[in-house]
Amino acid sequence: MNWNDLTEPYGFEFFRNGVYVATMAGALCGLVGCYVVLRNMSYIGHGLSHAIFGGYAVAGLIGVNLFLGAGIWGVVTALAIGGIVRRRPIGSDAAIGVVTTASFALGIALVERYGSPGRSADALLFGNVLGVTPSDVWLVAGVSLAAVLFIGFAYRPLLFTTFDEQVARATGVKTGLVDTALMIVLAATVLATMNVMGVTLIAATLVVPAVVARMLTDSFSKMLAIATVIGAISGFGGMNLSYHHDLPSGSTIVLVGTGFFLLAYLGGGRLRSRAATVAHAH
Amino acid sequence: MTQTTVTQTTVSQTTVSQTTTTTTGTELIRAEQVTVAYGVDPVIVDVDLTIESGDFVGIVGPSGSGKSTLLKALIGGISPRSGSVARRSNMTVGFVPQVEQIDWNFPVTVAECVGMARSSGWRTPWISKKERAEITEVLDRLGLHGLDSRHIRDLSGGQQQRVFLARALFTGAEIIFLDEPTSGLDVKTRHEVLHLLADLNDEGVTIVLTTHDLNGIATHLPTIVCLNKTVIGAGTPNDILVPDILERTYGSPMQILEHGGMRVVVDAGPHASVIPFDRPAAGQ
Repeated sequence: MNWNDLTEPYGFEFFRNGVYVATMAGALCGLVGCYVVLRNMSYIGHGLSHAIFGGYAVAGLIGVNLFLGAGIWGVVTALAIGGIVRRRPIGSDAAIGVVTTASFALGIALVERYGSPGRSADALLFGNVLGVTPSDVWLVAGVSLAAVLFIGFAYRPLLFTTFDEQVARATGVKTGLVDTALMIVLAATVLATMNVMGVTLIAATLVVPAVVARMLTDSFSKMLAIATVIGAISGFGGMNLSYHHDLPSGSTIVLVGTGFFLLAYLGGGRLRSRAATVAHAH
Repeated sequence: MTQTTVTQTTVSQTTVSQTTTTTTGTELIRAEQVTVAYGVDPVIVDVDLTIESGDFVGIVGPSGSGKSTLLKALIGGISPRSGSVARRSNMTVGFVPQVEQIDWNFPVTVAECVGMARSSGWRTPWISKKERAEITEVLDRLGLHGLDSRHIRDLSGGQQQRVFLARALFTGAEIIFLDEPTSGLDVKTRHEVLHLLADLNDEGVTIVLTTHDLNGIATHLPTIVCLNKTVIGAGTPNDILVPDILERTYGSPMQILEHGGMRVVVDAGPHASVIPFDRPAAGQ
């Protein structure tokens, strides 16, 4: 394969848009995913994307703009999960399980009863990176910028709240506000990324880069940087590989990320054994 | 140092202690008739306690007596069901949690752990050059020189405890709360931590800690608060380490011995000798 073969798909606008979105969405999910993984909420991406499907169905039923309705539904679901975890003695995994599956079930029931509100229901479920429009590119760019600004401005309170919520709250950090803002950013991330990855694969893009980064470093700031870069490379590489090997783009992006995971897993034995030793000590 | 007198009145079956303080320090926290409950049953009931600047207070009591809950109520981490906790406005607070509550696999280096404490107001995400110098100074002072880029897990128990103390100091805390700061530490490290806290207190930092270790920690402190759901007594070790208050706190008779000018508390209940010393060894 020569250079011309590699650059050939860039002659198509749909491919360029797909690469822009996949790269930015990969980086965005890598960055936000660090907080998701470190808060033991790895399945929130999976759950939220299902919940948003429910919102999509409800929006179609009541005649609201599908994207807006799904977005609001996603934010409300994310806040509900955060609120339940804070106020009731149940873990975040259980709260995610209850709220998001209920929302997904509602979506399925409504679609079955009243029909799909639009042809893009399949795209929501399985992703459609080749159908990305310029407005999708701007949406992902906007959410990415907002996420970077939020994490930049609230970096320390976010870190403190994620690491040690009780002490952060006790020493004056507005942890409720921080959690709410993070949940909104997370819901926006899932919503913006769904067109590319689809409901079924979004959890992997949120979790895999962060997990790989965690295996490679013990520093929080480096973890954020590594996860962002791995997410971006997975998106960019996955899109190009999918074109040249005629593979589904969402799956290929996830598989590139999984390749990074395997490399880190096989190469990170020393780190793992040290972690195991300490875990025993504690 | 705070001079504390204790007056006690018995109301029905519950003994309520009120601490009246005459000090040179200013009042930082006043808890009045504080009751806290997580569920139906209250964890602490009608607690009255006043903390003044310069105090060095140890809250002691058996497991489940509400020590950690009282600490959190004083800080404002939990709201009382009834009663009130008044805190001086703009008071900078540091909190050192129990080591068991810390996620040691969380990816933070020592410098990141200390740096996160400055979370209020506009801060750069990264630790500035000036802050880096301040962190180095705090770490050096606590005997953690050169450990700033190490992961918090890769430290000894005493060093880990001091990292969280450094985090509290980095905020410029006037008052530092420590929940079981010597839990799991050996005798030497325990003394090091205690001396460090005494030095900080000498410099004007108010210290409030919880401990279940009467002889290793509490007897060395200038002020002890005995807690068992409510305050049983508060004052100096000489006032408080007496059989009556200790028995009401721990629900078991206690004997007080004098050793090297210090009081030593020993269990004097019928169950004190669980394994008789004269029991024949196995196989004999």
